Amino acid sequence: MKQCDLVIVGGGPAGLAAAIAAKKNGINDILIVERDEKLGGILNQCIHNGFGLHTFHEELTGPEYAYRFIQMAEELEIPYMTGSMVLDITPEKKLTVINRTEGVMEIQAKSVILAMGCRERPRGALNIPGYRPMGIYSAGTAQRLVNVDGFLPGKEVVILGSGDIGLIMARRMTLEGAKVKVVAELMPYSGGLKRNIVQCLDDFGIPLKLSHTVVEIKGKQKLEGVTLARVDEHNRPIPGTEEYYACDTLLLSCGLIPENELSREMGIAMNPVTNGPVVDESLETSIPGVFVCGNVLHVHDLVDFVSEEAAVAGRNAADYIRGNMEEKKSQGIPVETEGGIRYSVPSVVEPERMHEPVKVRFRVGNVYTNCYISLYLDDIRIQRKKRQIVTPGEMEEMVLKKEFFQEYGRPEKIRIVLEQAKQDDREVNGNE
Amino acid sequence: MSNRILTCIGCPMGCTLQVEMDGQIVKSVTGNTCKRGDTYARKEVTDPTRIVTTTVRLKNGGVVSVKTKEDIPKGKILECVKELKQLVVEGPVKIGQVVLENTAGTGIPVVATSFSK
Amino acid sequence: MRDVIIIGAGVSGCAIARELSRYELDICVVEKESDVCEGTSKANSGIVHGGFDAKPGSLKAKLNVQGNILMEEMSKTLDFPFKRNGSMVICERPEEVSGLEKLLEQGVKNGVQEMKILTREQALELEPNLADGVYAVLHIPSGGIVCPFEMNIAYAENAAQNGVEFCLETEVQSIEKMEKGFRLHTDQGTMEATCVINAAGVYADVFHNMVSEQKIHITPRRGDYCLLDKTAGSYVSHTIFQLPTEKGKGILVSPTIHGNLLLGPTAIDIEDKEATATTAAGLAEIMEKSVRSVKNIPTRQVITSFAGLRAHEDQGEFIIGEPEDARGFIDVAGIESPGLTSAPAVGLYVRDMVAGIMELKEKKEFVETRKGITRFKELSMEEQNELIRKNPSYGRIVCRCEGITEGEILDAVRRPLGARTLDGIKRRTRAGMGRCQAGFCTPKTMELLAKELHLELKDIRKNGRRDAQ
Repeated sequence: MKQCDLVIVGGGPAGLAAAIAAKKNGINDILIVERDEKLGGILNQCIHNGFGLHTFHEELTGPEYAYRFIQMAEELEIPYMTGSMVLDITPEKKLTVINRTEGVMEIQAKSVILAMGCRERPRGALNIPGYRPMGIYSAGTAQRLVNVDGFLPGKEVVILGSGDIGLIMARRMTLEGAKVKVVAELMPYSGGLKRNIVQCLDDFGIPLKLSHTVVEIKGKQKLEGVTLARVDEHNRPIPGTEEYYACDTLLLSCGLIPENELSREMGIAMNPVTNGPVVDESLETSIPGVFVCGNVLHVHDLVDFVSEEAAVAGRNAADYIRGNMEEKKSQGIPVETEGGIRYSVPSVVEPERMHEPVKVRFRVGNVYTNCYISLYLDDIRIQRKKRQIVTPGEMEEMVLKKEFFQEYGRPEKIRIVLEQAKQDDREVNGNE
Repeated sequence: MSNRILTCIGCPMGCTLQVEMDGQIVKSVTGNTCKRGDTYARKEVTDPTRIVTTTVRLKNGGVVSVKTKEDIPKGKILECVKELKQLVVEGPVKIGQVVLENTAGTGIPVVATSFSK
Repeated sequence: MRDVIIIGAGVSGCAIARELSRYELDICVVEKESDVCEGTSKANSGIVHGGFDAKPGSLKAKLNVQGNILMEEMSKTLDFPFKRNGSMVICERPEEVSGLEKLLEQGVKNGVQEMKILTREQALELEPNLADGVYAVLHIPSGGIVCPFEMNIAYAENAAQNGVEFCLETEVQSIEKMEKGFRLHTDQGTMEATCVINAAGVYADVFHNMVSEQKIHITPRRGDYCLLDKTAGSYVSHTIFQLPTEKGKGILVSPTIHGNLLLGPTAIDIEDKEATATTAAGLAEIMEKSVRSVKNIPTRQVITSFAGLRAHEDQGEFIIGEPEDARGFIDVAGIESPGLTSAPAVGLYVRDMVAGIMELKEKKEFVETRKGITRFKELSMEEQNELIRKNPSYGRIVCRCEGITEGEILDAVRRPLGARTLDGIKRRTRAGMGRCQAGFCTPKTMELLAKELHLELKDIRKNGRRDAQ
């Protein structure tokens, strides 16, 4: 059986950045396994710009951002296999991999980094009644068809869901000559970035209907149209508000789900909120030596943060392989979230294993204005940040430093709390 | 005097900005919560620009992704895209390769953002 | 003039075609859709019923029990997946036990073996996730599950292998009685046959009424279903029915043969024979009622929903036979539940009827068995590697959720009666049936289909006819 120090499952932005970091930290025996025919992952179909502002201080398109990392990986001579899919990983880190030229093979790894990315929520999960004709695609599927295959799936489009992919595709389909009639969003706020609403919808006069959903699909073989309706505060359609839109294409952009099939089958402990593995400060899962990063851990908004997070996983995997990682002596300190924050990654921290400051990332479950995000060790507030607004669509972060624990001692729990600010407090987005 | 209403893209807040204009001159920006709103509004009403990203056809089938190398005036987006729709380039195309020297009379080139077969 | 024309390439029509393909006959199956298994046969529970439900002495009872027995052997002969997982009928109150007893008695009369009434405790040992309200169950060990698509396709492929012609995308518009035999006017021209078999599902009344004065009426009875992710598939191991009450027939909860969890169907009588749209009310009803059988169903794991139409004849019985005023015309009408279970028996039953109309002479070269698409996932690693060495396209996974390889998809397109649409590929290989519901594999499958059929991407269809608007 083939042996390998580090196998990285997925050659998208997370897998590439993890591999580069591991290599730079002294690991040479690495293998990236990528199921697509080329490295870069989903970035290859994200031909729009807006990537890389944090990492490269310039605005790149998806393929360009990916290429920067592919180049680095190639310069570092990191081995990779494309057109290859990991079928199975055992808790002992034996991987089963398949491709056309080598068939089905087994690889024993010392450490594994999971970087499989995420997938889109399908129509069925949205419970939209009606027919099942041709012409209904998840936005990412349409993105691939248009940007990679050069095929425009339709001419008259309705988009359900205002996630970023949906907004980007509204503009993309318009530029390709389609008429995007409306973007409907179930929630009273958009799940996408403001910038995308302005530049992808407003620029082209595409209306965004908040608190609306699709209640009927017309057309048995080919899509003929959809009926939208306004929803009440419980997301139930309000009778009498129905509006029919003739269209041949319905794109769905209603959320992303981390692709954790392999993780689940390995028996890794999962976080039901993120649908990703439970990880500690080292981004290590419940199985020692198995690390995770990117959208398979939790869905990110910005690829720059994926790269950053993946580098942490890569460095820690390198430490693990070289025997530089302290064994877990305790359960670690749980990170608890309060006041409307839905989850945090990591959700447990062991200060003794912190070799660098740990970025704790999290999302809120609703839109909150004029508030603070505070970090507590038990009941002692260590830090707070002012926020004019926080939304579910934008990930937030807090930085945990080892010094905090040296100064205040080992707490029972680390708390991240969303707190309402006083009315007259107009300080903008600053650190206290 | 005229008024323009914009949505700020500086942060998720999405402030509604009122811009008071005298011809092409910005008299005032209101509605913004921070300075970024002011900067954005002034640029957006006087000289709105965008990077355009799309694909162009390859002679041997398929497409390659491209972008305008710099921002072009917002008003030129559709003309640029129309021009690129007519364009057929011969592969293989390299990332960064210029596929069109001057798009929509802006003087700005269009470059490939990926490799093609 | 042909010997036999079968209208409809659903499971009944194809089972009949296969049984008749043993003989020296000129047989044609005409189907208005672009593939076999496009109507009732593709959207049902996929259940192999024990046979306790039908009225003793009825044709339904007889063919159900026979079909149930035949299913095991047919699944091996024609290579389609079938499993005897056992069924249960639950009741919720002590006074309903008499209802279970009545079903038991009925089943015994129909010849169903080994049924038993179990107390809640006994049932929980077999099925720990039964709802708290379940009081007692009738256990039917002979109940099973089958893949309705693969069964239908297997029959069709074996029939085609044995010389049956399939005229797809051919819609029968009218039927003329001739002195001997019938003339069918279709949108692709006229056809003549000595014997016509009307296996047209919800349209069977339309064709029957074209040739007979003794009119029949079929009501499309719509049933909505929800399909849950495979992570929910082992939630129950039996097919769990609810005891029919005055309030209705109840909702079943069952694992599917491929390991998903299926909930449904509702029962709404409609007139439109094409109206397979699900409704919000139907989907809500499923969720509400299914929890009475099984507790804590992970309803957030729904990956798709669909609706099918059962062909309900007013008398509630299978109508299989020649109308008095149209000899040579064999109705196979009103084939609602347990139609799928009965299909193997229907094939034999109708064969015997055809034998009364014309002489059946056995073919020497009849091929009894059919080999399905090689399921890469089910092979050992050695077998997988052997296959990839011979054909590298098995080394490329196209549908990641179901683990379906390019080799399987190409096989689905290239084999007899091969897939011509995305849904055709899906039903033959399961590519696109998993939890991402074809999000990732659609572009790849479209490319493969386009290449194989020499079409452009814009001409690739999800389902249905080429000329559809």
